[in-house]
Amino acid sequence: MFPLDPLPLAASASNLLAAREQMAFTLGFHIVLSCLGVALPAAILVANYIGLKKGDEAAIELAKRWSKAMALTFAVGAVTGTVLSFEFGLLWPHFMDRFGAAFGVAFAIEGIFFFIEAIFLAIYIYGWKRLSGWAHFWSGVPMVITGIGGAFSVVAANSWMNQPQGFSLDGAGQVADVEPLKVLLNPATAYEVPHMILAAYMVTGFLVASIYAVGMLKGRRDRLHRLGLLIPLTIGLVATPIQLYVGDTAARSVADDQPAKFAAMECIQESGTHQTEYLGGICTADGVKGAIGIPDLDSFLVGFSADTHVTGLNDIPEDERPPANTLLHLAFDTMVGIGSGLLALGIWTAVVWWKRRDIPRTPWFLRIVAVTGAASVLALWCGWIVTEVGRQPWIVNGYMRTSEAVTDADGIWFSFGLVLALYAALGTIAVLVLRSMSRRWREQGTEDVQSPYAPQREETA
Amino acid sequence: MSKADAALAILWVGATFYALFGGADFGGGFWDLVAGGAERGQRPRDTIQRSLTPVWEANHVWLIFVLVVLWTAFPSAFSAIFTTLYVPIALAALGIVLRGAGFAFRKSIVGLQGRRAMGATFAISSLLTPFFMGTVVGAIAAGNVPPNGNGDAFSTWLAPLPLLIGAMFVASGAYLAAVFLVGDARRADDEEMERYFERRALGIAVIAGAFAIAGLVALHGEARYVFDRLTSQGLPLVVLSLLCGAALFTVLLRGGRRPLRPLAAGAVVAVIWGWGVAQFPYLLPTSLRIDQAAAPDPTMTTIFVVFAAAVFVLPSLALLYTLTQRDLLESEH
Repeated sequence: MFPLDPLPLAASASNLLAAREQMAFTLGFHIVLSCLGVALPAAILVANYIGLKKGDEAAIELAKRWSKAMALTFAVGAVTGTVLSFEFGLLWPHFMDRFGAAFGVAFAIEGIFFFIEAIFLAIYIYGWKRLSGWAHFWSGVPMVITGIGGAFSVVAANSWMNQPQGFSLDGAGQVADVEPLKVLLNPATAYEVPHMILAAYMVTGFLVASIYAVGMLKGRRDRLHRLGLLIPLTIGLVATPIQLYVGDTAARSVADDQPAKFAAMECIQESGTHQTEYLGGICTADGVKGAIGIPDLDSFLVGFSADTHVTGLNDIPEDERPPANTLLHLAFDTMVGIGSGLLALGIWTAVVWWKRRDIPRTPWFLRIVAVTGAASVLALWCGWIVTEVGRQPWIVNGYMRTSEAVTDADGIWFSFGLVLALYAALGTIAVLVLRSMSRRWREQGTEDVQSPYAPQREETA
Repeated sequence: MSKADAALAILWVGATFYALFGGADFGGGFWDLVAGGAERGQRPRDTIQRSLTPVWEANHVWLIFVLVVLWTAFPSAFSAIFTTLYVPIALAALGIVLRGAGFAFRKSIVGLQGRRAMGATFAISSLLTPFFMGTVVGAIAAGNVPPNGNGDAFSTWLAPLPLLIGAMFVASGAYLAAVFLVGDARRADDEEMERYFERRALGIAVIAGAFAIAGLVALHGEARYVFDRLTSQGLPLVVLSLLCGAALFTVLLRGGRRPLRPLAAGAVVAVIWGWGVAQFPYLLPTSLRIDQAAAPDPTMTTIFVVFAAAVFVLPSLALLYTLTQRDLLESEH
């Protein structure tokens, strides 16, 4: 390892916090839209397929509505994604300077996937009227493939930050040689990529299903609402058990490869065997306060034996320990808790469906589905908190500290404030517009208003 | 040609596509802004919205492409530019967010007030992005970006040349848009809109030309290296651009129905490559050469492989443009 730049100035420490907050906030905002970009095309195509195969008008109507909503979320996602690209340079210029040559190619690949997705998305969304049924359906298939490809490339870049490999450094700490395949296929790619793609399918499935659950609770129980609930809910519930398996594997790999992150998220203060698994609680140097402790379980989960040795924070140098131990621990527990709850929901739904080909009749079922959307987004954010905060103080694990990567520019707190205000407006307007679209569909069908400033409604009113 | 030069050529191809298509999309926003009140501006705004809707997101991806190739192939130049010109770059990003969101929301929002607010956001921000990107290009050409970055946050781009190039970017986008929209109006057999955008294409051509001349004067004063090469090695491209511009102007004046788009595109592309030739062999004239900023060879090779994979993009893109031009896609879905 090369010597670290001495940068412990007050200004840059303040910059670091502002830059991290801004990055976390913009990433957290964008990641929800990315989930929709990755998985909503699949939900739309399922509805479209059912509609074409069975001549089901309601299914076609759903596919149309969702594709219009997607036009909006994709546009907002395209611009918030661009902001992230700019932020690499605006917030973390020294990171890009030193490592752009190593991991940048992942984004080049993502660019190609996103390009193709944007093209076919346009063809699909705007091709409803004039392209014939099946030709139109097939024009949507590349969106599904490119969505997965794009998620692979971006998450591979993030995995590389957790498990950097495939490069060598010269004396000045600059990248001297690169093995691109090793960069892309780093050990963390194997679990981070499927974990995120499944998360995208879960978030999309549960978000869309929750909207229709609310509609059904309001008494709209037509075929459109039933299908609108069933298609995305099935996608989310099928993805859930696979996700728990992948997540479990991921946690074990993190225990092996990123012991500091694992120790922090599990609140393990002292290395050793027979580690207790703590649920909830507050992490302190003297142990966990107020948690439910299950003796030996943590060791067992890591190595299928209570004798498994697990590294504690005491074996991590003090200046390499992740900050906000309790936050990490609670984020991890929240994610796992929500995942387990969704698994239980899936089992309940499957049993009832198997018995009488219908969803559970109790309104509690719809009430629970109605909150799965928000819950899955919360789980998504918690997962990213574990991944990103858990890697701190490193930006490239073991090679570069986040404090070395941050910009020296002034005004990051100002830009963070501006971004907060801008994104708050963006999010609010997007939700309002989506709600007004859905109200309009209910009242007038899916025909849109015509020209920018002359809505037919105003003219005829 | 070294691998680094080839990577730079790829970067330039991306920048060219972005300037042509992304630039025209921003230009569409410019014409939306100056189209007048809700009633008077309704038809031009319809024409603009129809031609922008299916393509702007795909066109926008060229920018991502340029950023990615820059930070992968020339990381130190990327870092130097971003640590110096972060003010105009952040403002360009702000414009991108507001433009995209404003445009998408305007289509879907109900009620005239909301549409006006979103429309104004879209149109005004369509000026922000090309202007500030122009100042970034101008500041680079003027050699105001130190190779190690952290140049002055304001004086580097608040100078005549960067500001003029910013204005020229806005005008060129509007010029491209006006010419493209003439074509769209012709295809729709909308004679009124055809004349409307023809007049505007002529007007903006004069303005863009004036900015270009002023820009050359400023280039002479502030970016001597680039000026000298532009008027020697780059001269054929400058002449080509002038010829395209003059030919287009003549065709517009005579009011014939000859194809206009290749001429407009030619005028803009020749200037972009002229700039490339003029900067050679520097990324940041005259302090950072291409080979000094270049990433290791395997990275460059990967970029070539990915760029070759982009052959899958071009047919898709051609399909999108063809479907759009044949009216098989509709903005009002």
